[in-house]
Amino acid sequence: MDCTDIRTRLHAYLDQELDLPSAMEVDRHLATCDACKKAYAEHSALQSALRSHATYHDASAGLAQRIRARVAPARERKPWFPWQQWLPMGAAVAATALLSWTAAIQYASVSEDEATGERVIAGHARSVVTGHLADVASSDQHSVKPWLSSRLDYSPPVTDLTGVGFPLVGGRLDYLDQRPVAVLVYRHREHMINLFVWPLQEGARAQPVHRLAKRGYNVLHWNDGGMAFWAVSDLNAAEMRDFAAAYAAAK
Amino acid sequence: MDDQTRVRRFESFFVPHLDAAYNFARWLTRDERNAEDMVQEACLRAFKFIDSFHGEDGRAWLLGIVRNTYYTWLKRNKVATLAVPFDEESFDAGEIEASGDRCASPIDQLLQEKDAKRLVNGALERLPEEFREAIVLRELEGLSYKEIAAIAGIPLGTVMSRIARARKLLLQYLRQAQES
Repeated sequence: MDCTDIRTRLHAYLDQELDLPSAMEVDRHLATCDACKKAYAEHSALQSALRSHATYHDASAGLAQRIRARVAPARERKPWFPWQQWLPMGAAVAATALLSWTAAIQYASVSEDEATGERVIAGHARSVVTGHLADVASSDQHSVKPWLSSRLDYSPPVTDLTGVGFPLVGGRLDYLDQRPVAVLVYRHREHMINLFVWPLQEGARAQPVHRLAKRGYNVLHWNDGGMAFWAVSDLNAAEMRDFAAAYAAAK
Repeated sequence: MDDQTRVRRFESFFVPHLDAAYNFARWLTRDERNAEDMVQEACLRAFKFIDSFHGEDGRAWLLGIVRNTYYTWLKRNKVATLAVPFDEESFDAGEIEASGDRCASPIDQLLQEKDAKRLVNGALERLPEEFREAIVLRELEGLSYKEIAAIAGIPLGTVMSRIARARKLLLQYLRQAQES
């Protein structure tokens, strides 16, 4: 491949979209061609600048509420009970009661997530401020996992992600919602990621990745395989999603 | 499917991706109010067609609807877009000499400055929208070329060339901003 071919593929290479043989060809070329190496370095610097400086605009809380308000009324239009037309007052009272009940459940669970998010951020911030990142400092998943399991009544899934840019630093115990929980500590560049893991209550469903952002921290939450996962870091949203995807893929 | 199931599906598949939808809409419209309106409209559409959603990638589905809503809105409002004439196939050739050889300071040095955020946001806002949407989905949403192709309804090769073009323009804008 000459420089023109390389420049065409440079972006796919940077985005890890090339198949292995092509990526190796680019590797070999970059090792010998200064001009292409310089172009690569420049685009790579631009990529990290975008990821760390471009603003990620979060939706306001008001927007979610307005959308719910416009989606939910669809339920009110149809009569729920055949006798509704004969007993308009009674049905209206029942409808109001049911609506405020479902709304209460929705908002209760939203604020519960927010409250857990706050506690997870506090735990992460405490560990960074006090420099107490890990109780067991090891990049070996086979020593972190037994250490945690022997101190908890469950065994969290522990995977080292060094190969994809998130080396395991160690594990720690934290105390959340009146129970000790496992915290896996990962590093990405100079940033720490805390992954809180605890077993779900019976009947809780699997939940796709959900993101909260607060006070400069990004928090991702998902439920999977009977466990609740809360990842927190000062990394940006895209890198956090990379982390969650890498963790899910490595299981 | 009854209405209650629809609302529940909407809550679990799309509400978690409101941030992604808003961020995308905000970068497309470059305006807070319009972005909010657009996300609202997109969510109502998503809800209307929720019966045809079978639990695939909720984020990609919603982002695709946001994008369609945006382009419909553009047409309706006849907003002149700043599309640059651009030949997708042949832009690569001949650009090697143009990039990097001038004695501009390296981009990482420029972005050490305290107004890096302003510079980066400003450069992104200047991008013509077809490049802006591709690079926002790639770098801020962390999506793969395949996912971007599905959302924008364009071939994979076009995603690749738009991202390449977006990056070249961004470097050019950042240098111009630095010189002025």
